[in-house]
Amino acid sequence: MISIKGLRKVYTSDNKKLTAVDDLTLDIENGEIFGVIGYSGAGKSTFVRLLNRLEEPTEGNVIIDKQEITSLTKNELRSARKEIGMIFQHFNLLWSRTVEDNISFPLEIAGVSKEKRVKIVQELIDLVGLSGREKAYPSQLSGGQKQRVGIARALANNPKVLLCDEATSALDPETTNAILDLLVDINQKLGLTVILITHEMNVIRKICNRVAVMEKGKIVEQGDVLDVFSHPKQPVTKKFVAQLMEPGSEDETEDIENLLHNVNHDGVLLRLRFIGESTNQTLISQLAKKFPIDINILQGKITQTQTGGFGTLITQFIGNEKDISNAIEFIHHETSVEVEVIRNAD
Amino acid sequence: MLTNIKMEDIWTATYETFYMTIIALIGTAIIGIILGLLLYLTSKDAIWENTTFNVIVASIVNVFRAIPFIILILLLFPFTNFLVGTVRGPTAALPALIIGSAPFYARLAEIAFREVDKGVIEAAKSMGAKTSTIIFKVLIPESKPALVSGLTVTAIALIGYTAMAGVIGAGGLGDYAYFYGFQRRQFDVVLLCTILILIIVFIFQFIGDYITNKMDKR
Repeated sequence: MISIKGLRKVYTSDNKKLTAVDDLTLDIENGEIFGVIGYSGAGKSTFVRLLNRLEEPTEGNVIIDKQEITSLTKNELRSARKEIGMIFQHFNLLWSRTVEDNISFPLEIAGVSKEKRVKIVQELIDLVGLSGREKAYPSQLSGGQKQRVGIARALANNPKVLLCDEATSALDPETTNAILDLLVDINQKLGLTVILITHEMNVIRKICNRVAVMEKGKIVEQGDVLDVFSHPKQPVTKKFVAQLMEPGSEDETEDIENLLHNVNHDGVLLRLRFIGESTNQTLISQLAKKFPIDINILQGKITQTQTGGFGTLITQFIGNEKDISNAIEFIHHETSVEVEVIRNAD
Repeated sequence: MLTNIKMEDIWTATYETFYMTIIALIGTAIIGIILGLLLYLTSKDAIWENTTFNVIVASIVNVFRAIPFIILILLLFPFTNFLVGTVRGPTAALPALIIGSAPFYARLAEIAFREVDKGVIEAAKSMGAKTSTIIFKVLIPESKPALVSGLTVTAIALIGYTAMAGVIGAGGLGDYAYFYGFQRRQFDVVLLCTILILIIVFIFQFIGDYITNKMDKR
């Protein structure tokens, strides 16, 4: 387990103090994929570098697997770092080395014999799906392939933890998905803990079990991805969720104003909020069969996370008042879908 | 035309120029890379950040770079005499050649090291690399093309220096052109020496460019 207590990083330059990470306390379980999301400047890059002390913390401590990283001497830290793999936004491969030599690099640092290195490198190349490209140089690879090399390299010394610093931010959406699938695959196969930082909600949604939202060096909200997403409390979290639910329009309220204007004034407008298992229920067809009403879906999106789906539908129920209120009662009591009336019948 | 040429002497002089250039180049490369590394590693935000040390090394480099070469040779006469036992001949030219060109190359090497991606160094640190590993397995290999092209520039400057050293008796084509050509008014000798020096320059340039291209996998 990774335990972070009261972690703080203050940069001093020209007598100005800048607190990049501010009194951060966090527990991360073994084997989970933990996401940290925030806009640029939130301090997430500094945070991830404090974990392996690429940046020295000003205060606080980090314990990884019962080993207090923050109290290690330089030599001890070097050997501890071999247990903590790291991948980067810009891959940071050595351009002067081939794919296999790049992956071999951390093994050379760890003093692994040549024979063993060759064997481990080949296994890793197969694991990340780069067979046949062993002798290629980084400049001959696509972004996704470069990150695969980065991942293989980070895994070479069989680490317990993998730190991902914006690992997919330089990749196109399709490649991002492939890399995320690979990370999940590795997480499950090798059981290693993954800590990833990102500004892309999609990354969190796809692979994380738990998430922490960072703003101005602090964690403002954390918990299971589904909980945090379905009931965002902080404005910054709401903004991230909106980004996921309605790509291209960050402001949901404006959309609803438009809806209220444009949709004919029949019936009742409802917002149905699906969380977790409720997304699997056949709610709309059940309603249509049980009650003599018409249902019109106006807008919505349901999306999947590692622990279940969530999303909202904005619907128009048309029928007589009694049937509609019965239907709403039914949703309230018989299902776990949350319902909210946006506009009543005129 | 070419009536005054003694081919045997010309070949000896050419050999001496090659000898001085190559040996001095090796010395320059070693000292220059060490100085360049010191300059880079002690600079701000680098691994051995040390402003005082950095300023001292930078000052030494700048002073030696500022002294005109012909004067540097004269200044170094006692040192050369102590080291080589004479101040005449190609070997005696070596200390001045190396001391004259190493600071120049040190700056080029420092620039080459600066060009190495900081992220790659950070990645090496994250793997638990020691400073020596970072120097020999990251910094130097990743800056090789720039180090070699810098060395090519330095080699050509060095060929010029050997000719200058020739004027005070270092041997080589410069020496031959001055004493046997210029002073005896045998301008065909001067011309031939010039052509040979140009050929040597082109050879070094060609080899340097070839190696640089071959090594650059970016």
